[in-house]
Amino acid sequence: MEKREFTITAYTENTVGLLHRITIIFTKRKINIESITASESEMENIYRFTIAVTETEELVGKVVKQIEKLVEVHKAAYFKKDEVVQQELALYKLATESLTNGLKVERIVREHSARFLTIEKNFVVIEKAGYRREAFALFEELKPFGIKEFVLSGRVAVSRAERGIGAEVRELLQSETMEHTP
Amino acid sequence: MSTIEAPTKTEMNSTTVTERVTGANAVVRILLEEGVDLVFGYPGGAIMPVYDSLYDYQQQIHHVLARHEQGATHAAQGYARASGKVGVCLATSGPGATNLITGLADAQIDSTPMVCITGQVPSGLLGSDAFQETDVIGISMPVTKWNTQVTRAEEIPEALAKAFYIAKSGRPGPVLVDITKDAQFQEFDFSYTKCTGLRSYVPVPKLDPTKVEQAAELINNAERPFILFGQGVILGNAEAEFKTFIEKTGIPSAWTIMGLSALETDHPLNVGMLGMHGNYGPNLLTNECDVLIAIGMRFDDRVTGNLSKYAKQAKVIHLEIDPAEIDKNVKTDVAVLGDCKESLTALIEKVKPNSHKEWLQRFRDCDAMEHEKVIQGELHPTDEKLSMGEVIRIINEKTNGDAILVTDVGQHQMVACRYTKFNQSKSNITSGGLGTMGFGLPAGLGAALGAPDRTVVAVIGDGGLQMTIQEFATIYQTRANVKVLLLNNEFLGMVRQWQQLFFDKRYSATEMINPDFQTIAKGYYIPTNKVTEREKLDDAITEFINHDGAYFLEVMVGKENNVFPMVPSGCGVAEIRLE
Repeated sequence: MEKREFTITAYTENTVGLLHRITIIFTKRKINIESITASESEMENIYRFTIAVTETEELVGKVVKQIEKLVEVHKAAYFKKDEVVQQELALYKLATESLTNGLKVERIVREHSARFLTIEKNFVVIEKAGYRREAFALFEELKPFGIKEFVLSGRVAVSRAERGIGAEVRELLQSETMEHTP
Repeated sequence: MSTIEAPTKTEMNSTTVTERVTGANAVVRILLEEGVDLVFGYPGGAIMPVYDSLYDYQQQIHHVLARHEQGATHAAQGYARASGKVGVCLATSGPGATNLITGLADAQIDSTPMVCITGQVPSGLLGSDAFQETDVIGISMPVTKWNTQVTRAEEIPEALAKAFYIAKSGRPGPVLVDITKDAQFQEFDFSYTKCTGLRSYVPVPKLDPTKVEQAAELINNAERPFILFGQGVILGNAEAEFKTFIEKTGIPSAWTIMGLSALETDHPLNVGMLGMHGNYGPNLLTNECDVLIAIGMRFDDRVTGNLSKYAKQAKVIHLEIDPAEIDKNVKTDVAVLGDCKESLTALIEKVKPNSHKEWLQRFRDCDAMEHEKVIQGELHPTDEKLSMGEVIRIINEKTNGDAILVTDVGQHQMVACRYTKFNQSKSNITSGGLGTMGFGLPAGLGAALGAPDRTVVAVIGDGGLQMTIQEFATIYQTRANVKVLLLNNEFLGMVRQWQQLFFDKRYSATEMINPDFQTIAKGYYIPTNKVTEREKLDDAITEFINHDGAYFLEVMVGKENNVFPMVPSGCGVAEIRLE
């Protein structure tokens, strides 16, 4: 089976150590996590992990079931590239002088649909949201002007499906008739 | 007047009434609320407040002082599996906590409900490499079903309520609650409510009737159906339903070593053991059946051998409580998710009565072949050296199949599981998934305490015995009525067997120059005997079984005997070797 890019999404409780429990599942199978993001979700007090991996679909499917098995995970699912809308965020720090030699940098920034996040006395920060390859394309173009710092965020993604797994989680929580420990 | 007093009494008994107590006292009260009357453990600095509180409850909670925390965990496992209750362990921080890891891993892979409570350094010192500080939450995470750290007393009730609930619900497993010492000392307003559900956790998936229909259809149309059953039948208390199901359908049924004893040995549809050292028929015919029905088992590699040569011709039905087990190792055609007590009950309704006499006869023909080539010689050896099998045969004669068998890991484990006769469930306690040497002695004492009315025989090899031999002291101190049988071949026998067969007889580090086990057992005040000759074996075993109290019997067996049949690693199940 061919390795492909997948995005794994998990809706979870917000508890200490859950990130570790999730990563253990990947470590056990020696799967490299390309990026992992934890954030709030559309539901109050429900968190959302977004994990980017390149693996075979069979293995990703098994991993997702093992994630969902964790006590504090509500639901987990995986998506192929064309099943999600995804973005990453890149920041590029350049010396302010790079702007003083003509309008080249400004033109590049415009062409790449990036923007200046801040322009300070000594440095500027350019922000680019998009696919990883777009972030690297901009990197290559800015390189001659001297990139002092570069950072790329983890992938965030929402599914293209009309009903994502978030809807299932919401229904689960609503249909919840069990008593809880307060 | 009584009408006025009555409500007050009810209120007094209610668990929601608050009372000001220390965290340590709350821990002990919660154990009582959860019906715990026996805990295994070892005290130390960071858990001392809990031990101090236990001192006031000695009438209600009996504490078993193991001689090593690993021993405490295996004893708790033996207790849990013999009694069906949750095993509870207490340990201190640092080395106390790290010594729990092997037992946690064993309980995790064999789905044994266990709650471990560890002391931790005071919360202000967390992360500072304080004396006896270890990150037990991080270390135990891969080997627990759930764990949590408590740093304030008021968090204790919720943490422990969840711990007991998670340990025993759904597919059971071990949990660990780490409590800082300051939280144990802290006073708070205590009240306790048992946990009955968590919103993110589905312990038992809902049974899908369409899956039951599909499974029934496959079963009803099968010509050569074959059942593989595992511990799920025992954990789900579904032995009766299982038996009704196989008797109605007439399907030959084979067990994994974790499923052993769920169906009595002499049942006409019990065709024996699966896996690497299992019986000939079940392995060979796995690759000839047309429908394979797996019930509460997880297709461990020791059962399947090489997966690319495993049951490729068969449609596979998998009755399983844990969705993550579906398609993990063997691709399933129909997955029936749910508690097998429920799914079997539903399935019994839908299946047609049947018998598969000719197909069953195939298993019996294989048995005859295995009997001639392996079993006869193992149970009735003609050479001078004693065999492990003949010892087990004589034990069967004395116990009639009513004993609990506890084993360690290795050749003796395979022989004991292959040949011990069972009449009732929850009678086989072994380290299946993890293969933990050192499991047998502490698990045996735990089983004896968990099932005090039954005869408990712990069969152990000379390697494994020495890994937890200190637990003889616990046996002596608790007066646990466990019969310890040492099958001594002065070798790490299973590894030696592999070296003989697959490593050109290069016996690297497997020969054991042993101590005098008789003197050691005597040093622990355990009655002992040693047998080296066949003539003395029968009498010695009679004395061993009938002795009122713990007993240590050592039998010297053939040094270089092998366990057969065998599916060599990397081979398919049908490539099973009889010699």
